[in-house]
Amino acid sequence: MATVPKPSELGKVDHRPPQRPWTETTPEFRPGTFCYGAKAKNLDVVGMPNPREWNPADEDWKLPDDWKDITLKGMEDRLNKFRSFKLFMDICVRCGACADKCHYFIGSGDPKNMPVLRAELIRSIYRKYFTGSGKIFSKYAGARALTEQIIKEWFYYYYQCTECRRCSVFCPYGIDTAEITMMGRELLNELGCGIDWIMGPVANCYMNGNHLGIQPHAFKDMIMFFVDEIEAVTGVRVEPTFNRKGAEVLFITPSGDVFADPGTYTLMGYMMLFHEIGLDYTWSTYASEGGNFGLFTSHEMMKRLNAKMYAEAKRLKVKWLLGGECGHMWRVINQYMDTMNGPADFLEVPKSPITGTVFENAKSTKMVHIAEFTADLIRHGKLNLDPSRNDNKIVTFHDSCNPSRAMGFFEEPRYVLKAVCNHFYDMPENTIREKTFCCGSGSGLNTDEFMEMRMRGGLPRANAVRYVHEKYGVNMLACICAIDRAVLPPLMNYWVPGVNVTGLHELVGNALVMKGEKKRTTDLRYEPLPGMEEEEEAEDV
Amino acid sequence: MNASQSMVFSLVAVGILVCLPLIGVTAGMTSLFGVIIPYAAVVVFFVGIVARVVRWARSPVPFRIPTTCGQQKSFPWIKADNLDNPSDTKGVVLRMILEVLLFRSLFRNTRLEFYDGPKIRYASAKWLWLGAIVFHYSFLVVFLRHLRFFTEPVTPLVTLLESVDGFLEVGLPRLYISGLALLAGVTYLFLRRVSIPQLKYISLPSDYFPLFLIFAITATGLLMRYVFKVDIVGVKELTFGLATFHPVVPKGIGVLFYIHLFLVSVLFAYFPFSKLVHMAGVFLSPTRNLPNNSRMVRHINPWNYPVKVHTYEEYEDEFREKMIEAGLPVEKKE
Ligand code: SF4
Ligand code: SF4
Repeated sequence: MATVPKPSELGKVDHRPPQRPWTETTPEFRPGTFCYGAKAKNLDVVGMPNPREWNPADEDWKLPDDWKDITLKGMEDRLNKFRSFKLFMDICVRCGACADKCHYFIGSGDPKNMPVLRAELIRSIYRKYFTGSGKIFSKYAGARALTEQIIKEWFYYYYQCTECRRCSVFCPYGIDTAEITMMGRELLNELGCGIDWIMGPVANCYMNGNHLGIQPHAFKDMIMFFVDEIEAVTGVRVEPTFNRKGAEVLFITPSGDVFADPGTYTLMGYMMLFHEIGLDYTWSTYASEGGNFGLFTSHEMMKRLNAKMYAEAKRLKVKWLLGGECGHMWRVINQYMDTMNGPADFLEVPKSPITGTVFENAKSTKMVHIAEFTADLIRHGKLNLDPSRNDNKIVTFHDSCNPSRAMGFFEEPRYVLKAVCNHFYDMPENTIREKTFCCGSGSGLNTDEFMEMRMRGGLPRANAVRYVHEKYGVNMLACICAIDRAVLPPLMNYWVPGVNVTGLHELVGNALVMKGEKKRTTDLRYEPLPGMEEEEEAEDV
Repeated sequence: MNASQSMVFSLVAVGILVCLPLIGVTAGMTSLFGVIIPYAAVVVFFVGIVARVVRWARSPVPFRIPTTCGQQKSFPWIKADNLDNPSDTKGVVLRMILEVLLFRSLFRNTRLEFYDGPKIRYASAKWLWLGAIVFHYSFLVVFLRHLRFFTEPVTPLVTLLESVDGFLEVGLPRLYISGLALLAGVTYLFLRRVSIPQLKYISLPSDYFPLFLIFAITATGLLMRYVFKVDIVGVKELTFGLATFHPVVPKGIGVLFYIHLFLVSVLFAYFPFSKLVHMAGVFLSPTRNLPNNSRMVRHINPWNYPVKVHTYEEYEDEFREKMIEAGLPVEKKE
């Protein structure tokens, strides 16, 4: 694995394009800038094409013999199925408004990371084979013939796009390069050219219910471990249930929350909250993954993985679904789930058993976001909160791409944040809400071998955090996404040391005053609460 | 192709297009350039646009994928942004109107400023928006003013437009702002394209060609109006004849007019096959013209098909023993 150059080196970015026209340049598969290819065993599990051993850095990608037909047929098929794709192939005027909006372009300076050129990579092929002018005028009309080299170029650049949709906010026609990347990846997957960091989780999720392939008994064990942790911190023993029929609510969160900190602290926060309000809920080991790397593979794979949520809700006869903090999971739930796997007519319109609030905005999918749920609890004064327990945390909030630009989820998490901590400062306006910058590792690119590009892509986000870090002393970056929780810590370490990362419900867990709790001296990370530093030390002695 | 090749190619193309009527009309082919080509161009335009829109419309919108640029609708006590994140048709219509008429998304534009350190800033950058507004609106006004040539009596709307457009009341014939604004707009769009390195890098011949073409159209128009007068009565006779389907080709209209008319014809015919179709396409963009209400109202995908899933039964079959041992409930005990 390549080592990442120092920040001072990586921070020198030249945004001037090279002399040679982009049609004549080819990507260099340099370690740190591309992800490993999908392994045969993972492709086999889900029955995807062309399983083989291969390496993107190799000359020979072992494409199927009829790779060209497959690709062109695949394009035609998708042009006919998705108006978005067809339209976006035709109407770009190359005004360049999107060009400097992409975090990968900002951090790498590679012109093909400008959304417009990323789209042109496939648009030029579209012109050649699907438009009259491209067939006749060829390169004068901006058309290119499809070659193996272009497949490699697609791979390189469609796996250097996090499908964050920031470009689409600024485009006068709403051209969404994420949508084009999704098509590009679907086509690549038809040739067996996905990446393993996506295909591994897909295969695991398909067979075992979650990305990490945690088996049912182990899943339970892991959660029970955090039950003990909660007890150690609060003196209260929470009692989660698993695969329980007849519960009112099925709760699903990304498995990352169960697996690695700081997500695990957020997991503790969820369970403390549910216990405190007496929510009748169950976990599922079968639907033990909120995330959906199918979204980063193909629409079909997204549907295959997402199907578990409704299927399990039906089997367990719950009334509605509650979803944890995750970014792309919520894009799937908000924009795809009901259409793909609905109608969920066996469920009831979600209603908070504590406040009586009916979640009208989720009346068809029957799935509520935990930040909505908690915001409603707080609004109705149902939680006893002591925000001063978070007083040593000066917090800012990272709007994750998907809840922002595929949902519009801005105020609910901020409302909760402001109720559970006293020191909250937003980052500059151009870098939050719908203009938020990606963590640089989304859409399945959160793998270690891609670290250089991750640090580059995360630079704009880190730059904005540094601004509030220097201005207000921000030392905690809150987010509502499991991938963020995994990838922002290394990003902060790299660009803005001194800033930690937390999920929203970790802060809720800290502030939540529970019935029957012992005198709390530490937060969920076993770090002393503000004002308790000495007591903690005394105990340690 | 590099930038200069693209520019030269487009420039030569427009040059040839200027020469064609020059040669043709001098050789006496006035009916071809005055009647046949304009008619053909208009037919191509309409048929082409309709065909294009039908082609887009034939592809369904399987998922509701608006780009949400404001707060979603959730609780009554959280103010939803029904304009940038519409949850109903009213919001969508409003969003589209502002997008189409005021280029709202373009108004958001910022410019990246990258300093050593690294330190990044996003400066306000409204010039593109302004340039686009000037270009498109002056084009619209010029286009509408030309209705004078196709109506008799001239519609009051056009007369009104002319008096507003010519409010400066300088010169004879009166100076119209819109013509100059259009020339300025198209020049700005060109200069921008060649002076911003990234933009130059992404530009294709098909980006320069329409700019040159529109520049040439505007320039010939202005020349005709202010410099080399053509026989305006003859022109109106010809254009009105076209509009009423009684084409006549009066003698003695200057060749400049035929060049202008021919270039306009080319623009019409070129329109449906080029990026200029963004004019129609913007209305169909699924990231803008859909409400963000898919959790409230189920969106139907016409080609939704069953997929292979790993069922709970298969899952339990694989893990039953471990599940029982861990005290997890199972469907089948054996
Ligand atoms: S902003 Fe839209 S139209 Fe302009 S270059 Fe980008 S994708 Fe094309
Ligand atoms: S979706 Fe995000 S990562 Fe992809 S091109 Fe657009 S801005 Fe860049």
